[in-house]
Amino acid sequence: MSKTLNVSISPHVRSRETTATIMADVIIALIPSIAVGVYVFGARAFAITMLSVVSCVASEYIYEKLLKKPITITDLSAVVTGLILAVNLYSTAPWWLPILGGAFAIIVVKMLYGGIGQNIMNPALAARCFLLLSFSRIMTDYPRLDGVSSATPLTLAKEGVYTPVRDLLLGTHSGTIGETSAIAIIIGAVYLCARGIIKPREPLSVIISTGVFVTLFSVIQGRPVTLDFLAVHMLGGGMLLGAVFMASDYTTTPVTPWGQVIFGCCVGFITALIRCVGGGTEGVSYAICISNILTPLIEKLTIPTPFGLKKERGKK
Amino acid sequence: MKENTPLERLYNGVIKENPTFVLMLGMCPTLAVTTSAVNGVGMGLSTCAVLMMSNLIISILRKFIPERVRMPAYIVVVASFVTVVELLMQAYVRSVYTSLGLYIPLIVVNCIILGRAESYAGKNPPLASFFDGLGMGLGFTLALTVIGALRELLGTGEIFGFRIMPESFEPVSIMIMAPGAFFVLAILTALQNRFKAPSATNRSDKFCSGSCSGCMQKNCGFRERSDEE
Repeated sequence: MSKTLNVSISPHVRSRETTATIMADVIIALIPSIAVGVYVFGARAFAITMLSVVSCVASEYIYEKLLKKPITITDLSAVVTGLILAVNLYSTAPWWLPILGGAFAIIVVKMLYGGIGQNIMNPALAARCFLLLSFSRIMTDYPRLDGVSSATPLTLAKEGVYTPVRDLLLGTHSGTIGETSAIAIIIGAVYLCARGIIKPREPLSVIISTGVFVTLFSVIQGRPVTLDFLAVHMLGGGMLLGAVFMASDYTTTPVTPWGQVIFGCCVGFITALIRCVGGGTEGVSYAICISNILTPLIEKLTIPTPFGLKKERGKK
Repeated sequence: MKENTPLERLYNGVIKENPTFVLMLGMCPTLAVTTSAVNGVGMGLSTCAVLMMSNLIISILRKFIPERVRMPAYIVVVASFVTVVELLMQAYVRSVYTSLGLYIPLIVVNCIILGRAESYAGKNPPLASFFDGLGMGLGFTLALTVIGALRELLGTGEIFGFRIMPESFEPVSIMIMAPGAFFVLAILTALQNRFKAPSATNRSDKFCSGSCSGCMQKNCGFRERSDEE
């Protein structure tokens, strides 16, 4: 049979986009943040990143080899998981931390639930929470810059010291490998939006709602809300990084447009709750993991009406 | 092995129908109190004591307890023994008593105890029921100790308070928090299935082994018939 007359099953129109090309775009978008991290924190940050990636890819390969499943490491999703885990770690982490985290992310959170597209939480963030709960001392060991400042901008802000906006934008302050430079993250975000990998509403809803809720909680608590204070909350923590690279994950966030906005607001609300009301200094990773769990409910609420059907009233 | 002999009941409770690993009963104390091996032993033995005595008394009284009010009657018997155990623990093993806290009074509503009363002690003679309680209790103790020891080993590097891991080992504190209990239980159950040991999802017996105690099969004609008799 000739190729033109070949009757095939759907889909008939194919996109050149594959999982691997999408993941490659995410990797490209992460490069500026990691580059800044390596520049600010030195070669150790690069080593941590590489260990995390190697651990994720190796875990996936070994798991699939042992269980005699098709090997899926070429779709690059494990590489992305490794990079996202690494940008969430401090460069002072001991060598085994990214390895353990990567193995946990891939084996427990991703593969045990059925592999790519089946995980209930963002694997990298779940692994970060796992590490944070397991080794709280190591995971809060801030890297020292110039031997002077050691705490992150959010920790300093709790004591009333605000990091200058210039440092926040460029990334010359303490923090995890990828979260320090706002400009680098925004470059990645613009690239992803331009390539159509993520929709601008996903990060924007997280960023705006975090700002709104942080202001709201601070006003309620009677704390003065200054521009410096807001700048630290918007640019100083992991919120931007989470909004761009983690709250836009395909598997663990809603597919409906309004669902994505609600999801973003959930993340913003929980983040502000943990930062302002709770005892912790940073809560973006917990906020995203909790919102990941809410995703099926949010999708159920925002199912669009099929074309030609009237919305049933009084029924959910 | 001959049915309903003391030895068979012990084997049944510890291995064949282990309440935690095979019947998957009593998950609440299993997951909540096993933060250390000592807590596991304490919880297991106190449940075992209650289970033996309540099985014995319920079995003796099984002809007197009317069918309709058997549940309240069982609860009264179980609650009495839980109170005894609680007061004894408060008096003699104060540290275990404080660390188990609320979970000791909660033994009253432990589904292993009510399950054994309903499915075994209410139908069988006192001696066999007593050993059924002992077997189930020891099985529960064994399971809780294993889970507790694994969690303590990974979460603090110690077992029963003795240092096992080298000094360089960094304790994985999540193992002594709530998620750790799920991790350990899930991994143990997965290993059971892998090595084809009896478990809730991998029952070695065929449809019916002839013994209704601990049988999970619903709509089973055999059970209805034996109830009618």
